[in-house]
Amino acid sequence: MILRMLRLRTLVTGCLAIAALLFAADPAWGVPQVAEQEYRALPFISSRVLMWAVAELHLMFAAFVLAVPMFALVIEFIGYKTGDKRYDQLAYEFTKLLSVSFSFTATLGALLTFGLIVFYPTLAQYLVRIFSWTFLPYVLLFFLEAVFLYTYYYGWGKFSPRVHLFLGVMLNIVGTAIMFIANAWLTFMNTPAGVDELGNLTNLWEAINNYTWMPINIHRLIANVAFGGAIGAAYGAFKFLGAKTPEERAHYDWMGYVGIFVAICALLPLPFAGYWLGVEIYAYDQSLGITLMGGTFSWLFIIQAVLIGNLFLAANYYLWLSMGRIPGAERFRRFIKYLLAVITLCFIVWATPHSLVATVEEARAMGGSHHPILNVLGVMSAKNTAVNLLILTTYVSFLLYRRANKEATVSWAKTGNLVQFGIFAAVVIFVVFLGVYGYFVDAQTRIGLSQPQVLSVLFAMVSVTVIDIFLFRNAQSRGRVAWGKIPARSQYALFFLAITFTWLMGLMGYVRAGMRQHWHVYGVVRDTSVDAFTPTLGFAGMVVSAIVVVFFLLIAVVFFLSSLSGQKNWEPGQSKRWFKRRSETAATPLTQ
Amino acid sequence: MNLLVLLTIAAVLVVIQVGVTRWVNLNRLAWMAIWWAALWAAFSYGITPPLPQSIVVLFMAIITIALLAYLSADSEELAQARQTLVSFMVEKRYQVALIVVILTLPLLVALSVFSSLNQAPQPPASGRTIHPVPPASISFEGNTINLSTANNPYRELEHSDPEAFAAHVDNGRRVYFENCFYCHGDNMEGAGQFAHGYDPLPANFNDATTIAMLQESYLFWRIAKGAPGLPPESTPWSSAMPAWENFLTEEEIWDVILFLYEFTGFEPRAQGMPH
Ligand code: HEC
Repeated sequence: MILRMLRLRTLVTGCLAIAALLFAADPAWGVPQVAEQEYRALPFISSRVLMWAVAELHLMFAAFVLAVPMFALVIEFIGYKTGDKRYDQLAYEFTKLLSVSFSFTATLGALLTFGLIVFYPTLAQYLVRIFSWTFLPYVLLFFLEAVFLYTYYYGWGKFSPRVHLFLGVMLNIVGTAIMFIANAWLTFMNTPAGVDELGNLTNLWEAINNYTWMPINIHRLIANVAFGGAIGAAYGAFKFLGAKTPEERAHYDWMGYVGIFVAICALLPLPFAGYWLGVEIYAYDQSLGITLMGGTFSWLFIIQAVLIGNLFLAANYYLWLSMGRIPGAERFRRFIKYLLAVITLCFIVWATPHSLVATVEEARAMGGSHHPILNVLGVMSAKNTAVNLLILTTYVSFLLYRRANKEATVSWAKTGNLVQFGIFAAVVIFVVFLGVYGYFVDAQTRIGLSQPQVLSVLFAMVSVTVIDIFLFRNAQSRGRVAWGKIPARSQYALFFLAITFTWLMGLMGYVRAGMRQHWHVYGVVRDTSVDAFTPTLGFAGMVVSAIVVVFFLLIAVVFFLSSLSGQKNWEPGQSKRWFKRRSETAATPLTQ
Repeated sequence: MNLLVLLTIAAVLVVIQVGVTRWVNLNRLAWMAIWWAALWAAFSYGITPPLPQSIVVLFMAIITIALLAYLSADSEELAQARQTLVSFMVEKRYQVALIVVILTLPLLVALSVFSSLNQAPQPPASGRTIHPVPPASISFEGNTINLSTANNPYRELEHSDPEAFAAHVDNGRRVYFENCFYCHGDNMEGAGQFAHGYDPLPANFNDATTIAMLQESYLFWRIAKGAPGLPPESTPWSSAMPAWENFLTEEEIWDVILFLYEFTGFEPRAQGMPH
C-alpha cells in the first residue's frame, strides 16, 4: 500500500515537474533567454522525418488507446445488461491490449515532446507561449487517465459491475478530453486564430476553438473507433489463425467479427466528417483548401480514394464470407453479384481523379486537360453520390448478414419488406438526383446539397433498421451461427482492413500536416529549416509505409505480450521439450 | 461514347449468356475472364475521346480486385475454379492447349514490347496541376492584394446598385472580346481561333471544374499574373495564358471576372463561408 502511494507521489511530482518545465520555457515568465537556436540537425536521418515518424506512431497508439475503451465499455455494458458472460470476457480481452499500448503511447509522446524541444526549439517555445495554460489540465488529465485505465483493467471483476462501468465511463471522458486539448495545439498550427499579426496571443479560447478544432475532434473521435476496431479485429484474426481448439476458433472468430463490426459502423459516417473538415479548411483559407484538394496533395487523395474503396470492398467481402457460417444465408448469395457491381461502380467514380495524368497526344484527343466524360466523375457531386451509395450498399450487405438465419413470422412481413425496399429505392433515387442536380447549380448550393444526401442515407439506415427489428421479432431461426466456421482468407481480409486503416491514417496525417507547406504555424511561424519543402509523393509514400511497418512490429509486440497472460506457466524442462518438438516438425517431410 | 463498340460488346455478352452456355457450362472463372475482357474493351475502345492509359489501368485494377473478391467470396466456386486450373495444368487431354498457352504468354509480352517501341517517341505523361495554390498575396501596380481576403469590389453592386453593376459587366464584356476570346472562345468553351495551337488548351469556363469552383480572388491572380505567375507544378513554361497586369487595370480585371460569371451563369465560390 505504502509502496503504491509512493509511486503515485512520484508520478504526481514528475508531472508537476514537467508542467513547471513547460511553463518555465515561456519567456514571459522571466527566464533569461540563451542564444536562440532555431533548429538542430541529426547526422543520418533528417530531423523532420524522425519527428514525422515519432508523431505519427504516437498518434496511432494514442488513437488505439482512446478507441478501445469506448467499445470495450459498450461491450461490457451489453454483457451487464444481458447477463451474458461472453461479452464481459470479450470486453476484457480487448482491454488487455491496452496497458502495453498505453505505455507505448506515453513513451512516444515523451519522445515527441523532447524531439520538438531539441530539434525545433523556436517552434516549441512559440507553442508553449501560446498554450502554456493548457498544459496543466493536460498533465492532470493524463495522470487521471493512467489511474482510470489501470483500475479499469486490473480491477476487472474486482468491483461491482456498476462501479466498474463507471470507471470505464470516466476513462473515456478523460481520454476524450486529453485528445481535445492536444487537438487544439495541432489544429492551431494549421488554422491559427486568437493571435495578432505578430503571432502574439490575444485570446486563448479562440486559439483553441480555431476553425478546424471541432472538425478534427469529431473526425478523430470517429476515426479512432474505426481504427481501434480494426486493430482489435486483427488481434482476433491473429488468435483465430493460431487457435488449436474449435472453441478457441469460435471465440476469436466472434472477436474478429465484433471488432470489424465496430470498425465498419465508425467507417460509415467518417467520409462526412472528413468532408466537413475539408470544407472548414477551405473556408479558413482558400490556399490551404486548394493545396489540399487541387494541388500536389490531390494525388494523395486519389490514393486515399483507392484505399477507402478497398476498405469498403474488403468490409463487404468479409461480411459475405461470414455468411458462410450462418445456416440459411445461401438464400442471399445471388445478391452478392449486384452488391459487388454497385460497389465497383461507386469505387470507380470515387477514385476517378480530377486532374488526369495524360500524354500530350491523349490530352489533345480529349480537347484539354479534362476528359469530357471523366470530368463528370471527377467532381464533388459525383464523389459524394458514390460514397453515399457505397455506404448504403455496405449497409445492405450487413442487413442480409443479419437476416441470414432468420425467417420473419409477423403477419405483415411482406408489407414490411416492401416498405424497406421502398425506402431504399426512394433514397437511392433521391441521392442520385441530388448528385446530378449538383452539376446545374453553383458551388455554394452544391456544397449545401451534400447535407440532404447524407441525411437521407442516415434516414434510410435508421428507419430500415427499426423496421427490421420489429420485422424479425420472434423470428423463426434456421439454425445457430456456427462461429469458427469461416475460411482463413476472411481473417486475412481483417488483416488487410487493419493495415489499410493504418496506412490511410498515416497518409492523411501527412496531408494534414504537409498542407501547411513552408509554415510551422500557417501564416504565423515560417519554417526556415533546410526541410522547408514539400517532399515528393514517392518519398512521402515511403515514409508513411515505413511508419506503418514499424507500427505493426510494435503492435505485434503488444499482441504477443497480451496473449502471454493466457499461456501456461513455465515448468522446468519445458524449453527442451519445445526444441524437441521444433526439430520433429522440421523433420517431417512435406507430404501435401 | 462510342455506341457501336459498346453495343457490340453488350451483344457479345448476350450471345455468350444465351447461346454458348447452352452447349458448355461456363464456370465462374470463365465468366470472370469474359467480364474482364468486356470491360477492358469498353474502357479502351468504347469511349470517345479515348480515356488516358493511366485511367484505363486504374479502372482495370479496381475491376480485377472486385472480380477476384467475387470469385473467392464463395468457397465452393473458389474450389471449383482452383480445380479447373489444376486439371488444365495436369490432365493429359489439355496438354496441347497448355503448351499453346505457355507459348502465347511470352509471345504476347514480346508483341506489346515490340509495338510500344515501334511508336514515335512521345513525351511522358504529365500530371500538370491545373489549379495550383495561389500565393498568399500578390502585388498589383504597387499595391499588395491579399488573396485570401480580397473580394470583387463591384460584386456588392449587384444588389445595391444594379445599374452600376450592369455597367461593370458591360465593361467586362468589352475587355473579354478585346482580349480573351481569341483563346477562350466566343462562348467561353476554350476553343477560340488560337486555341488549337496551345498545350495546355485555354480553360473552358463552361466546365463545372474551372471558374464555377473558384473564388474571384483566385481568378484575379490567374488573370493578373497569367502563366508566368504559376508555380512549377503547373508548368508555367507551357501555358499560353498572358499576364494581364501589363495591359489591364485592376478595375478592368474585376469587371471581366464579373462578365465571366455573368456569361456562364455560374456563381463564384464564396469566401470563408462555413464555420
Ligand atoms: C494566348 C491565349 C490566351 C488569352 C489571350 C487569354 N488566355 Fe486565359 N488561359 C489561356 C490558357 C492556355 C489557359 C490554361 C492554362 C493555364 O491555366 O495557365 C488559360 C487559363 C485562364 C484562366 C484559369 C482558369 C482556371 O480554371 O484556372 C483564367 C481565369 C483565364 N485564362 C482568364 C483569361 C482572361 C480573363 C483573358 C482575357 C483578359 C484571357 N484568359 C486571355 C490562354 C489565354
